[in-house]
Amino acid sequence: MEDTIAAVATAYGEGGIGIIRLSGPDTLKIMSAIFKPARKESSFAAENRKLIYGTVEDPKNGKTIDEVLAVYMKAPYTYTREDVGEIHCHGSIISLRKTLELILCSGARLAEKGEFTKRAFLNGRLDLSQAEAVMDLIKADTDMGFDVALEQMEGSLSGKVRELRDSLVALLAHVAVNIDYPDEDIEEITYEDMIKSISVIGDEVDNMLAQAHTGRIVREGLRVTIAGKPNVGKSSLMNAMLREARAIVTDIPGTTRDTIEEGLSVRGIPLRLTDTAGIHFTEDQVEKLGIEKSKESFNKADLILLILDGSKEMEEEDLELMEKVAQKPVVVLVNKTDLALKLDLEEVKRKLPQAALIKTAVKEGKGLELLEDEIERMVFSGGARQKDSLLVTNVRHKNALEQTASALADAKEGCERREALDLVEIDLRRAWEFLGEITGETAAEDIIDQVFSRFCLGK
Amino acid sequence: MKETCFLGEYDVIVVGAGHAGCEAGLASARLGHSTLLLSINLEAVAMMACNPSIGGSGKSHLVREIDALGGEMGLNIDKTFIQSRMLNVAKGPAVHFLRAQADKEQYHKEMKKVLERQENLDLRQGEVAELIVEEDQVKGVILSSGAVFHAKAVILATGTFLRGRISIGVNSFPSGPNGLSPSISLADNLVELGLNMRCFKTGTPARALSTSLHYEKMQEQPGDPEIVPFSFMNDDLEREQLSCWLTYTNEETHRIIRENFLRSGTYSGVIEGVGPRYCPSIEVKIDRFPDRARHQLFVEPEGLDTDEMYIQGMSSSLPEDVQVAFYKTIPGLEDLRIVRPAYAIEYDCIDPLELQLNLEHKRIENLFCAGQFNGSSGYEEAAAQGLMAGINAVRKIEGKEPFILDRSEAYIGVLIDDLVTKGTEEPYRIMTSRAEYRLVLRQDNADLRLTEKGYELGLVSQERYERFCSDKAAMEKELERLNTVSPTAKETNAFLESLGEPPIQKRLTLAELLKRPEVTYENMKSLDPDRPALSGHVITKVEVQIKYAGYISKQQTQVERFRKLEDKKLSPDLPYGEIDGLRLEAQQKLAEFKPLSVGQASRISGVSPADINVLLIYLEKKRRQS
Repeated sequence: MEDTIAAVATAYGEGGIGIIRLSGPDTLKIMSAIFKPARKESSFAAENRKLIYGTVEDPKNGKTIDEVLAVYMKAPYTYTREDVGEIHCHGSIISLRKTLELILCSGARLAEKGEFTKRAFLNGRLDLSQAEAVMDLIKADTDMGFDVALEQMEGSLSGKVRELRDSLVALLAHVAVNIDYPDEDIEEITYEDMIKSISVIGDEVDNMLAQAHTGRIVREGLRVTIAGKPNVGKSSLMNAMLREARAIVTDIPGTTRDTIEEGLSVRGIPLRLTDTAGIHFTEDQVEKLGIEKSKESFNKADLILLILDGSKEMEEEDLELMEKVAQKPVVVLVNKTDLALKLDLEEVKRKLPQAALIKTAVKEGKGLELLEDEIERMVFSGGARQKDSLLVTNVRHKNALEQTASALADAKEGCERREALDLVEIDLRRAWEFLGEITGETAAEDIIDQVFSRFCLGK
Repeated sequence: MKETCFLGEYDVIVVGAGHAGCEAGLASARLGHSTLLLSINLEAVAMMACNPSIGGSGKSHLVREIDALGGEMGLNIDKTFIQSRMLNVAKGPAVHFLRAQADKEQYHKEMKKVLERQENLDLRQGEVAELIVEEDQVKGVILSSGAVFHAKAVILATGTFLRGRISIGVNSFPSGPNGLSPSISLADNLVELGLNMRCFKTGTPARALSTSLHYEKMQEQPGDPEIVPFSFMNDDLEREQLSCWLTYTNEETHRIIRENFLRSGTYSGVIEGVGPRYCPSIEVKIDRFPDRARHQLFVEPEGLDTDEMYIQGMSSSLPEDVQVAFYKTIPGLEDLRIVRPAYAIEYDCIDPLELQLNLEHKRIENLFCAGQFNGSSGYEEAAAQGLMAGINAVRKIEGKEPFILDRSEAYIGVLIDDLVTKGTEEPYRIMTSRAEYRLVLRQDNADLRLTEKGYELGLVSQERYERFCSDKAAMEKELERLNTVSPTAKETNAFLESLGEPPIQKRLTLAELLKRPEVTYENMKSLDPDRPALSGHVITKVEVQIKYAGYISKQQTQVERFRKLEDKKLSPDLPYGEIDGLRLEAQQKLAEFKPLSVGQASRISGVSPADINVLLIYLEKKRRQS
């Protein structure tokens, strides 16, 4: 018995529609839960292999996410030989990601790279020559997954997850001791204690979810602010990035007249790009207001692109800006590199040791590729973030956190109903395992180690 | 060169007649194979060298499973217990467990009688000095007397005899358990044969004379008024029961022990073996948990015909004068007279990673291993492995597929898979937390899980099988009855009111009522006067299945998922080195381990989920090419 997997099947940002594909036994159930057909009498079960028009709605609040076409294909005559579903979203990347999140919340698991193909092959659907391609995909995924995992490990996400897992292990060890050593001289944990501990952990998980990085990026976009002294190339950079962007995601309204804000997508990552250009060209009386705005913009930014003029010596204004942005994730663009380099790069590195440094000639379109690389890297490594905000940089992690939250809720409910301790333990352990999926650690020995190091037991 | 004499040939020879050896020998003989069961001393047959009890958390599950498969341990403890308790009853049914105090002498005698009367089985005193191994195949054994026996398979179940060494204080001397001779030559021989041996340690507390104890200062712990038997073959057991007694150490006890740390085997450096964390000596407890003001101990009877009492919780490697001094600080033990001092024992055992899931050595063919020899501890763990080794030795001889229980089928499966797939760094004890699918591995349903299999193997007797079938039919019938009979709302409400529960609006079936936490099969009797008379085993099964149906079916789906990978079998001679896409570490680990299923492969440390994917694709490719 396999589980149900889902993923975006089309490349991000390309084409007018995006397709989400599902495969597995719960496909019908999940699709029926989130899809509302335009004609009431339509149903996937009755209309196998037919494209149905309707909307994707969040079953929790009935909010419409997107207008879509959807099709359900019953096993075995499908790509994977399992039940397969496709949802053709024809909205933005945002609605595509939101729809995927809904599907994952409804019981599907995010597919691994190549997993549809793997299933197709294992279910006898592809020929042998294609097996090699599947292997390659799996290999590529491990290589990349490994890099990302390593970077995540260094980051504060894994630190936080480990902390929560430690709290859970402590709780699980106490429960295990009560279960396996009932006649030792060890206090029985009370339901009140359990509820208290579970609530503390659950709140933390909810917090992480609320702040989930990509979650917020998906909803609001990554806030990127362009900074630099006048005439250094800010507007050119903005225009160049907008030109480069494969799809403009949304117009985000309500921005001030003083700063220009545009929404765009870079490599599938939605950005909210703010140019502080407006500030410096305003009249003296609004200058003060402008500076306030610019400060605010710096504070809110997830990432600052600081442009320096490579063809000039460092000026006072550059130094001031560098000081202002020093605490933020920064990419320094040394612009106008088509001219002779006069800027002291060593000094830049001294002042902003953490920042990435990219040489550009924006007007010539040079260096933009490198900038996109850097933005992507920062988002997916958790590098671009606000000081206290989170860290959850990929949908898989978010999914694991959501399952953790739900297992914890089950455990808490079990305590409230006064279910037997060993039954509550099952949900607690599930929560601990889901967290382990983020850090890649699930050894049950941890709990047993805790039992023996914390409790005095034995004959 | 020793003078030898050939004394005969058997299908299976079992070395050691402890709890593992007895089950191994009986299984092999009952499966119709001539079997020789050897013990250094026949007084050591089924000897309970440490605590006088059978059962406990997880262990009780093992005993039920051994019983369901046609093993002997459950029957033997039912014959010889002198106190029985069901523990953890406030928790869910999956973690209820039995523990019975045994009459040690009777336990030994009864088991010995069963062995002596078993067809195809020869019980014989003798120390195995050497294995006969030719071209990595075991062919027989040579005893220290020079007697030679040939066999198709040999099962090693040497317990703590192998290079046994007892420490009391800083003095240590070669000895098996309880002052019996150790087995030294065999230990040397196994090293020569290239087995990866290591040294583990365990310990036992002192035995005191009952007449020297003041029971009025201790807390009495009587047995349960209603006895639940271990064996599915027994229904109502009645027995006069003895009590156990609870008392505590105090600051004075701890002071004496602390002052003498360096005179203990453990802290003086005399003992080098690795001891189990779950069963530390009293000096280790006091060292590691300095804040504990007291430690509890149970004084337990060793039998009906002896005044010896076992002081549970107080094993020690301190010298005898210190033992006397600290025991005497304990309420009730002030005038205690020790009849056997506490001691620590070190012994040789194998690294179980050298074994396959059928408990056969990976290199030396037809050599099977069981019990403490495999790095486990506990009578029940030993017996479970002995039974499986016995079954599998026979199956190997008969050229049949090995009999393997997986982690979702039995605690026996968890135990053996843990040992041979993950290995162990200390004497291994089963715990319910080691089982992923605890809710389906209950002690009440061990027969439903295993008796059919035992019957197919040929180990379950016709009598047991018929009893099982009739119990099963009774259970199914009763489940159906409870799901269809629904008393009137008026009757039901009268019943609920008597429990102080709110009334119902709609008529409910008895099964639906039973799902309520306050309702039990027992207290529902007034509402259900015409119920059939059923045995305790059947009632428990029915009640548990109805009450926990939701949780159980949830776990059942997890089990099905788990099975998928377990059912994908791997041939031991798969060319892992040639599988493109497997990481080097995984290639090496898999080639070394030779896992029997993809599931087992996934539990080997150093094998990643991506490696498993590669393996799956490889298998599918191979399948299509052939």
